[in-house]
Amino acid sequence: MKSIDYAAPQTLQDAIALLAEGSGKSQVLAGGTDVIVQFREGRKALDILIDIKRIPDLNVMDFDSDKGLTLGAGVPCCVVCETPEIKARYPGLVDAASLVGGTAIQSRATIGGNVCNASPAADTIPALIVHRAICNIQGPNGDREVPIESFCTAPGKNVLGEGELLVSFSLPVPVARTSAHYLRFIPRNEMDIAVVGAAASVTVDGSKKRFLSGSVSLGAVAPTPLLVDEAASILTDSEISDETVEKVCVAAQAAAAPISDMRGTARQRKHLSGVLTRRAIQKAIARIE
Amino acid sequence: MSITRASRKLHVVTQLNGQETEFLCAPHESLLEVLRDELHLTGTKEGCNNGNCGACSVILNGRLVNACLVMAAEVEGAEITTIEGLAPTDPGTLSIDRLHPLQQKFLEHAALQCGVCTPGFLVASKALLDRNPNPTEQEVRLWLAGNLCRCTGYDKIVRAILDTVKTGHQH
Repeated sequence: MKSIDYAAPQTLQDAIALLAEGSGKSQVLAGGTDVIVQFREGRKALDILIDIKRIPDLNVMDFDSDKGLTLGAGVPCCVVCETPEIKARYPGLVDAASLVGGTAIQSRATIGGNVCNASPAADTIPALIVHRAICNIQGPNGDREVPIESFCTAPGKNVLGEGELLVSFSLPVPVARTSAHYLRFIPRNEMDIAVVGAAASVTVDGSKKRFLSGSVSLGAVAPTPLLVDEAASILTDSEISDETVEKVCVAAQAAAAPISDMRGTARQRKHLSGVLTRRAIQKAIARIE
Repeated sequence: MSITRASRKLHVVTQLNGQETEFLCAPHESLLEVLRDELHLTGTKEGCNNGNCGACSVILNGRLVNACLVMAAEVEGAEITTIEGLAPTDPGTLSIDRLHPLQQKFLEHAALQCGVCTPGFLVASKALLDRNPNPTEQEVRLWLAGNLCRCTGYDKIVRAILDTVKTGHQH
């Protein structure tokens, strides 16, 4: 078994300093449900595990009536699922966090870890996309913000540069009469990896007859989770009807660029992109009181 | 902030099954390895070593976790319950005079065959009942999705747990 150094910094500055001097061989350890497996499989040459769980900035859950939610990257899925304010305002994220792995995985796996691992099939990313999350990054050269839909660059790769740490997510205050939903298709019943994941957020008018705005994101059908740009325009000031929803599904299918692999064919994934988009939108509408 | 180098050992102190326990571990060792190889608590099993099977289920600070996915270094100051800690134990003699109700029901319902998954299922079930004392069958099955059994087909396991719920699982 390969050996490795271990550090558990208690401040952001210490963590960034450690990351910066690691010359690419330092690995942030949050929940470890991906990192420990990868380390054991020898997938990357690593010299040090930097356990960020003791850093307060990565564990925040701060609700502000103007700024919205600041969610630390180190908050585990189980805590997200158990926090009523998150469930009320960002239900798509709770849907996703409750599907990551199983109970024991959700006890440890963090939202930030799921994002940084940058699997094309990551569950939390489509949900974060439709909730319009911004990633707050800090590094040796200062702070920067990246919209979540731009955070992943390729399968397993993200925008973090050397020494940079994903610290938290900023989710805006939801507009009135808005809700969201994330769902996925998997080969088994639980504990699997998405064949296709779909998230939708919709804002409707007071009569619940018109979409005011909306957002659709697909996972597992491209090298990175997708924001379906055309869906947003179709869902802007349009009638809530089967026809409108069907147009969005067609756009989602067109945006999907899936591969065939052991979990499914490209053809099935194209089909599922439409089906799951429809269900995500319908469930999101149903959740609006 | 200290860095534990790969060649050195970390000194860890935890509350393990209600007893203050300390051990030395290398930074690369998992909690599962330390429980079994260092502390000789071999009730927790290795199945897949990558978080899929739940044979290594333990309770860490009140949360059900896979011990194979926790580094031993991470449990400094933590509270851990393993399968060895389920049955009420006399703190002086460490002897057990009765089983945990879940264990008793697993026996009565024949909810095991080879028994390798059983410690994981028992710990996971206890974690469920600690959190939700009255789960539905659906909730039981969903909670236990991360515990795999090759032998039983799960049915007797679920019945044993639901029977424990029905007949009371307080000591």
